[in-house]
Amino acid sequence: MNSSFLSAVQLVTVREIQARIRSKAFVVSAAILLVMVVASIVVGGIVGKATADDATPVAVAEGVSLPSSKGLDVTPTSTTAEAERLVRDGEVDAAIVPSEDPLGYAVVGLDDAPTDVVQALSVSPRIELLDPDALPGGLVYLVAIAFGVVFFASAVTFGQSIAQSVVEEKSTRVVEILMSAIPARALLAGKVLGNSIMAFAQIIAVAIAAAIALAVTGQDNMFTLLGPSMLWFVAFFAVGFVLIAALFAASAVLVSRQEDVGSVTTPVMMLVMIPYILIIVAYDNPTILGIMSYVPFSAAIGMPMRIFLGSAEWWEPVLSLVVVAVSVVVVVLVGARIYENALLRTGSRVKLTEAIRG
Amino acid sequence: MLTIDGVTKHFGERRVLDDVGFTVGSGRLTGFVGGNGAGKTTTMRILLGVLQADAGTVSLDGTTVGPSDRRRFGYMPEERGLYPKMPVAEQVTYLARLHGVDKRTAARRTTELLERLDLTQHAGDAVEKLSLGNQQRVQVAAALAHDPEVLVLDEPFSGLDPMAVDTVLGVLRETAARGVPVLFSSHQLDVVERLCDDVVVIADGTIRAAGPQEELRKQAGPAAWELLVDGDVAWLRDEPGVTVREFDGGYAVFEADDAVAQQVLQRAVQHGTVGSFSPRVPRLSEVFREVVR
Repeated sequence: MNSSFLSAVQLVTVREIQARIRSKAFVVSAAILLVMVVASIVVGGIVGKATADDATPVAVAEGVSLPSSKGLDVTPTSTTAEAERLVRDGEVDAAIVPSEDPLGYAVVGLDDAPTDVVQALSVSPRIELLDPDALPGGLVYLVAIAFGVVFFASAVTFGQSIAQSVVEEKSTRVVEILMSAIPARALLAGKVLGNSIMAFAQIIAVAIAAAIALAVTGQDNMFTLLGPSMLWFVAFFAVGFVLIAALFAASAVLVSRQEDVGSVTTPVMMLVMIPYILIIVAYDNPTILGIMSYVPFSAAIGMPMRIFLGSAEWWEPVLSLVVVAVSVVVVVLVGARIYENALLRTGSRVKLTEAIRG
Repeated sequence: MLTIDGVTKHFGERRVLDDVGFTVGSGRLTGFVGGNGAGKTTTMRILLGVLQADAGTVSLDGTTVGPSDRRRFGYMPEERGLYPKMPVAEQVTYLARLHGVDKRTAARRTTELLERLDLTQHAGDAVEKLSLGNQQRVQVAAALAHDPEVLVLDEPFSGLDPMAVDTVLGVLRETAARGVPVLFSSHQLDVVERLCDDVVVIADGTIRAAGPQEELRKQAGPAAWELLVDGDVAWLRDEPGVTVREFDGGYAVFEADDAVAQQVLQRAVQHGTVGSFSPRVPRLSEVFREVVR
């Protein structure tokens, strides 16, 4: 690899990044992803706090002795009538008044049964957790979806943009001038690199925004919990996206018109979509997660998820990353061959076998 | 001097170029003519390294041309193409830099070229916003951006408005005048005839004729002469060594060798006033028809 090859790669890379930044569609979709991630963390924080801190306001008439006032914001009143008035005015959710019942009190609500209050007053058996450190199911699901969405959104956005920029050069025929100046491989390398850098930058931005949002909303414990898996996610994405980018480029080069990009990139799209769907339906299935964490396309989601769940040994992400890296090399080599052979063949769709054979 | 030697190319089973060889002299405008599908574009792509030949070599001043040498070639493909959304000046600079020109030189060359091609006011516009004629000019600028050592243009005049033709013509002549070998293809034979020092004729993937235009045209047919006099030239038929080809009152076209032609001219002057007397060289289109047959 000589210096002119590298400088050509660098020039193409910079142009790709510039073209991406100039595109309004890209800027808007990147902003939306960022806002979505931050918003879901902030909303999650607020909801979490609300359920934890909020006590239900109740009016308690004199003569009632409550077994416990846990979870209740008690306003004492002197008479039953006064307590009921507070309910009607909406100042409290329920009134607890003396009664003839065995319990010695009754709950008065306005238009539906005040279940929060009933629950607070109920006597429940003692709960013993055998695995108190395990993560709550809802949280695991949320994290699984977050990894899935961020991976899928970034891979598709940048995969499509690389596919479009490959076909743009073919459909506008500028490719012939480019090929007379630089090797096809340099062009491909620059494109993959430029788009990978942008995708990586977006992932980093999302990770940083998520970390800041977690810290600001006081969910530091989540940050400690998510930190290592987020770092591994970024690492896997950085390597794994090159694979996806090369696949998108190699499929797109088979056609010459923007209208055909969709049909020719569908198989790659499927490859990206399968891990996304799997992680949503099987986020708590250790066998599927285990397989996913070693398959190159899904490792970027599967391995960080297992790290988050604490089910991965320390060496597993390293091994999986090596697997991904090796497959990147193979795919890039085959992809470059397809790219070189199909780049000048405009007109009808080039058959894959022909493109590989040359 | 650019030399193509023994270039052969197959697409699948079909042989599209067969032992193609010719030269493009330094500082000479060389026209590359042939029908559709004769192999012009394929030859040019091989010249530029965009396609690989099955056999044969391309050399510049005796040295075989490699990829790094080709970066200093300028190329205008038949299928015009630029990035539609990229601003004009930025695009020309980018292409110059892809050819290995440093940043500052690329910027300077771009400014000069845009000036020369009357595009300065559009420097910041996206290419897609330009008129078709101006887009063609940008294409010319793109081919010349890196001050190429060899210039190859595929149908540079097709689709150009008359003003753009003149501009492109001017630029080609200037480039050739700097000692750059310039090869361009065209099926507008009148343009090639008007413009070119040398001509290469290709048909069915083989070179049928190549050389200086004058020589090719002279070789194409027996020496013929045109004579226009006041009065009648019926006497011409009786001159020894003369074959009259066309005849109309005071105008005649006849074949004869140089010496006989001079005698005829003397006779004509004796007979009356000579309006014009000139050698009649076959048109390039005649040469073309002759050699591709």
